[in-house]
Amino acid sequence: MAEGKQLYNVGAILRGLSITFGFMFKKKPTIQYPSVRKQHAPRFHGLHELRRYEDGKERCIGCELCSSACPANAITVIGAENAPADRRSPGERYAARYEIDELRCIFCGMCEEACPTDAIVLTPRFEMSDFRRGSFVYAKDRLLVPPQGGTGAPPDERPGGIPADLGSVAEMKSTTDPATGYDATYYGAALKTERKGLTG
Amino acid sequence: MPAWIFVFIKSAILLFVVVTAFAYAMLAERKIMGWMQLRPGPNRVGPWGLMQPAADAAKLILKEDLAPRTADPLLYRLAPFISLLTAFSVYAVIPFGASPAGIWSIGNVNAGVLFLLAIMSLGVYGISLGGWASGSKYPLLGSVRSTAQMISYELSMGLSFAGVLLVAGTTSLDGIVHAQVGLWFFIPELVAFVIYVITAVAETNRAPFDLVEAETELVAGFHTEYSGLRFGLFFIAEYVNMLTISCIATLLFLGGWDAPFGWTALPGVAWFVVKVAAFMFFYMWLRATLPRIRYDRLMAFGWKVLLPVATLNVIVTAVVIAVRG
Repeated sequence: MAEGKQLYNVGAILRGLSITFGFMFKKKPTIQYPSVRKQHAPRFHGLHELRRYEDGKERCIGCELCSSACPANAITVIGAENAPADRRSPGERYAARYEIDELRCIFCGMCEEACPTDAIVLTPRFEMSDFRRGSFVYAKDRLLVPPQGGTGAPPDERPGGIPADLGSVAEMKSTTDPATGYDATYYGAALKTERKGLTG
Repeated sequence: MPAWIFVFIKSAILLFVVVTAFAYAMLAERKIMGWMQLRPGPNRVGPWGLMQPAADAAKLILKEDLAPRTADPLLYRLAPFISLLTAFSVYAVIPFGASPAGIWSIGNVNAGVLFLLAIMSLGVYGISLGGWASGSKYPLLGSVRSTAQMISYELSMGLSFAGVLLVAGTTSLDGIVHAQVGLWFFIPELVAFVIYVITAVAETNRAPFDLVEAETELVAGFHTEYSGLRFGLFFIAEYVNMLTISCIATLLFLGGWDAPFGWTALPGVAWFVVKVAAFMFFYMWLRATLPRIRYDRLMAFGWKVLLPVATLNVIVTAVVIAVRG
């Protein structure tokens, strides 16, 4: 009759009922998402953006470093020579095609770290739902800041900034409090990045 | 005006009231379950989600009505209607208030309790036929379970009624409520009341006795193959049965429309509604709290505990009444 003990344990049933009754009046942690939005982390990794200089020229010089750094092989860059009459970027070359497959992307931010001109940055935008897989391949028409859209937010506008030495990675420690969002703190360079095996 | 027109009008009103009550009982259940699980529950359709039942109804009506190739064509389509018909016809004898002129009930039958038991027993046909006629394994298992469960718990439920009938000395629902004025029957017949509450949950196949649907083992039990409006009819039948069970609990044990402590500021019908709502809340509360009982334990509990206790209760009640004269 060992199993019977649990079945006829009226005290346990009553205790369970009191617990569920108490829960009815507790504050619900639900965030009513489309109307109420949670504050995202300051360095949240979302949709990419290709930035411009103040004069409207593209920052990207088509060097393909982002593409080589990408662990998910999500980035395709095809560079081309700047025509002297119509310079698209200040350098010799610019990205004739720049495509990111956002379904392959793991939002690690390595492209951002690899970029020598701070052209590619991860924005906090994350609502990318669509109806077709093909729609998730973002080309320059959607990645590049529009000509009148300013320069785009630089990656440095973050608490603590990013380390000046791009060869080292900062050890990040974050506290998570859903009410106030995230607070990320920079504790100095700790690790040396290893780029072994990550070929484009 | 011939009497049948009066009955017809009352039936139409009652049907409307019961269906509305079903719709909002369902919404209330989803809300209460949500709160107990730290969720807000449905709140997007209309203010506080009050239009959710309308949205659900529209969805169910517009969905495709599928039938498996192996299903029995007639019984498969008939079963939801059997469930619904038995669920609704119970209301023919339920009085909702003190009715000298028969205003608050459709038919004041002097054997009301027996009629209730008879019609409620028919409800198992809808479930067992629906499961069997689906021509598929999980519905069949569900319907076999439901038949066994409903038959074994019905015995104890009938015996819990017997105690009340002995105390009241009548089988008329009107008479039973009148006999309770001053002392509601859940106090002298506490054992019968507890047995009734347990068997009522089992009888309507609700958690923790929802072995018939048991989604973790039987997909959705007897209504696995049903879709669209036919599924909706089973759904309505389940909730209308819950309402029925709550009405019976109110009539037999909680004093019906009798106001507690003489608070007659509210009319009798309002008290009836309050008591039914409280019992419905208890149902939902149970569902949000207790896990499902294993099938063999359910059967053992029904036959080895509830039935002997219920029988004993009837005997003791009869003896006490006989001794006191």
